[in-house]
Amino acid sequence: MLVIKVENLSKKFGDNEVLKDISAEVKKGEVVSIIGPSGSGKSTFLRCINLLEKPTAGKIFVAGQELTDPKINVTKAREKVGMVFQHFHLFPHLTVLENLTYAPMKVKKETKTVAQEKARELLLKVGLAEKADAYPNSLSGGQKQRVAIARALSMEPDLMLFDEPTSALDPEMVKEVLDVMKDLAHSGMTMAVVTHEMGFAREVADRVLFLDEGRLVESGEPIPFFENPQTERAKSFLDKIL
Amino acid sequence: MNLDFSQIVPYIPFMLEGIWVTIRFVIVAIILGFILGTLLALCKISSIRLLRAIAGSYTSIFRGTPLILQLMLFHYAVPQLTGYDITPFMSAILAFGLNSAAYVSEIIRAGIQAVDKGQTEAAKALGVPYREMMIDIILPQAMKNILPALMNEFITLTKESALVSTIGYLDLMRRSQVVGSSLFRNFEPLLFVGVIYWLMVTGLSVLGRMVERRLNVSD
Ligand SMILES: Nc1ncnc2c1ncn2[C@@H]1O[C@H](COP(=O)(O)OP(=O)(O)OP(=O)(O)O)[C@@H](O)[C@H]1O
Ligand SMILES: [Mg+2]
Repeated sequence: MLVIKVENLSKKFGDNEVLKDISAEVKKGEVVSIIGPSGSGKSTFLRCINLLEKPTAGKIFVAGQELTDPKINVTKAREKVGMVFQHFHLFPHLTVLENLTYAPMKVKKETKTVAQEKARELLLKVGLAEKADAYPNSLSGGQKQRVAIARALSMEPDLMLFDEPTSALDPEMVKEVLDVMKDLAHSGMTMAVVTHEMGFAREVADRVLFLDEGRLVESGEPIPFFENPQTERAKSFLDKIL
Repeated sequence: MNLDFSQIVPYIPFMLEGIWVTIRFVIVAIILGFILGTLLALCKISSIRLLRAIAGSYTSIFRGTPLILQLMLFHYAVPQLTGYDITPFMSAILAFGLNSAAYVSEIIRAGIQAVDKGQTEAAKALGVPYREMMIDIILPQAMKNILPALMNEFITLTKESALVSTIGYLDLMRRSQVVGSSLFRNFEPLLFVGVIYWLMVTGLSVLGRMVERRLNVSD
């Protein structure tokens, strides 16, 4: 079963065509890493999948539903797509627990008891049970990002999008976040991860998508892709970063 | 120098009554300005171009012309155009309320737009509808920027309220002039209401600082 299906997606900001005719699919339970040079359109691609950016042309389906259908309820459609940002974007005026219970209570109308119970379970999973009543500002970057992952999971999404989740972290905190993501991948979550962590892409991803100048230039399983890239562009990109 | 405050003593109750007269219209004007200003601010951040244009022009007009002119217009032009008489109280709250709305809308707009865009995106990504996002996520954070500036606006409005004396509204200022002209001594009554204005404004400032401290505690 396909969780994401993208058909001939393009996106323009004014005259600047940032995504050019991209088609891709992600199956249920698959982990896909999206890599490419800065400005190649990775974030924009990801943001199109939960309509934080509106595609200029093409179709996007998530869990069988067409997001690009003009009649769709955008807010409703986003419930099933979790997103984790580079800079966390936790709600600073809410405690960690409230960050996790807010959307389930407001959007899914869960009762406080149920939402809190689930939230504590998720916090346990990301190793932050004791921080339930702390405010985000008192956490380290790695802890913030783990809370952000738990917050996205609190909506029980079909799919998780990660936009460079470890790029804003001090090096010693990268591992704790990647470990949480690995657990998540092993639990069968469908994930699309924009990352500069080639180790993660190689080890955890089922497939790598390589974007360059808005085009999907190459895609394939990680080991063959990293050892033996088929395109010149992928080759020179890998030479630069590895 | 021959200051003689004993002469104004019989007029003190008359002048003190002006405090309430002033406060009454200032409060109504502040409420009107706040409600209208909030609506205008929502128009300014909306995605509908027409609403943005309307709110923008409104602000530009009310901030770009003298308040005393707006006051005179309401007081003298409305009866001339509509045939209805307008009381000084009505003209005063209209002019001050509508004028204040322009400033308040800018304060609120700036406060909302100063909240990190990531907050909106995070809320959207969780499927939170616009209304709930504004009320629960954005506005509470914007309040930190908004409240101090709003307090300043209220203080300005309180001071500027003395302008209504020019349309014959019997406020604090006007009363001091009435007393002055019946005593043929202006300095004492002016000084007297000057102190009252100062006390009112200082009170508001203290209140503002208390609110601010309250807000910072939650950090
Ligand atoms: N909101 C926007 N308005 C205008 N142009 C934009 C906007 N967002 C992105 N762009 C442009 O689109 C292009 C792709 O940006 P995007 O952020 O998707 O790249 P990226 O691959 O994520 O890069 P990075 O690795 O630096 O995060 C860039 O040229 C960028 O300037
Ligand atoms: Mg990016």
